[in-house]
Amino acid sequence: MALYRDEAVVLRTYKLAEADRIVVLLTAGRGKVRAVAKGVRRTGSRLGGRLEPSTHVQLMLHEGRELDVVTQVEAVHQFRTIREDLVRLRDALAILEAVDQVARERSPDPPLFAMLVGALRTLDRRPAALLVAGFYWKLLGLEGTAPMLDACVRCGTPAAGGDVELVALDLAEGGAVCRVCLPTGGGRRAVRPEALALVARILGGDLAGALATPAGPLAAEVTNLATQALEAHLERRLRVPRLLDRSIADVPTW
Amino acid sequence: MYASAVQALIDELGRLPGVGPKSAQRIAFHLLKLPDEDALRLAKAINTVKARVSWCRRCFNIAESERPGPEAPASTECDICRDARRDTGLLCVVEEPKDVVAVERTGEFRGRYHVLQGAISPIDGVGPDQLRIRELLARIGAEGVAEIILCFNPNIEGDATALYLSSLLKDLPVKLTRIASGLPVGGDLEYADELTLGRALEGRREVAP
Repeated sequence: MALYRDEAVVLRTYKLAEADRIVVLLTAGRGKVRAVAKGVRRTGSRLGGRLEPSTHVQLMLHEGRELDVVTQVEAVHQFRTIREDLVRLRDALAILEAVDQVARERSPDPPLFAMLVGALRTLDRRPAALLVAGFYWKLLGLEGTAPMLDACVRCGTPAAGGDVELVALDLAEGGAVCRVCLPTGGGRRAVRPEALALVARILGGDLAGALATPAGPLAAEVTNLATQALEAHLERRLRVPRLLDRSIADVPTW
Repeated sequence: MYASAVQALIDELGRLPGVGPKSAQRIAFHLLKLPDEDALRLAKAINTVKARVSWCRRCFNIAESERPGPEAPASTECDICRDARRDTGLLCVVEEPKDVVAVERTGEFRGRYHVLQGAISPIDGVGPDQLRIRELLARIGAEGVAEIILCFNPNIEGDATALYLSSLLKDLPVKLTRIASGLPVGGDLEYADELTLGRALEGRREVAP
């Protein structure tokens, strides 16, 4: 069994036996890896604090048949502010959940790793209302399933000439739908043109500009759309955005 | 195939957490070989626990009633809630009953507890609605609580729960504190992670002359 070194972000953990944990990692060199961290739940553990979800680490692992074993860990960045702010924590967990769903085991994906580390750094330094939505749209782009936004996905008429107005998003078809095609087919969601324009900016290379969008109905609409689009791609519901959004909204003085 | 009674025992043991089919089989054969009185003592202990133990109606810790009976569990309070010498103004909020035992072992706390019966873990689908938070809010006014101590595991679930509760309680006329986080006694400083050491530095105390 070989010993190897890699860089990773901890996506999630599961309790194992008395004091161990299974950690799910997105590594830079091997894609998603599941590993056992022995004795990590004991207060005196030398690994413990470094193997919490969202931590960026350098590790030494022992390769196993199904589960690797963590032998050494060094924290690259623990993203302290994420652990001290409920909204940042929600956003980080939403991003980690999405990556856990998308990443493939033992299949290196350097762009996904770089995107995850970048998103966590941004969240730590300068949180933005559209950070999770931006990450989700970019993730869909990386998966090759970004929606078609420059023309009607049904009739193919380009929006640039002003001949058609794109008014809805059809997640099953994979793109925006014009007003003429809107009544046909199911699975479409009415969307404001400003929201579609914002999604197009995120996917079109102006993520930094789009992240300056303040919190409000437009950011909420784009975030909601991104969640629906990613759920349609994954064919399952995401837990974090729905559960914590509701919880934060329930806090009366939030 | 085993005799149906043995197979039923293996099946039931196999439903316990962490017990696989082979372990269940091994435990079942161990029980078969035990003297009658030893096996019956185990059965009686399970029976007694199910008949007399329930959640405390006030703090949701484990509570044991004096006598077994159908009327007992719902109205039971735990020993700590029944203890009149406890400081009712101090409330220590913990995740699980085993955390009550851990805090009690320190001998440093003379207030009462509130057990949430879990921690917020969105990835596992556990939100505030699944915890005893509504009951905690009801206790604050009714019992004249002056200070709430958040005593959660220093992990991401504990942090999420503490952040949520601090947002929820910040406007209430109650002092809200969280237990300090830092280095374990006997640990080496060089192995401490940056977050733990940072929190330990932040919570430093003046050394008495």
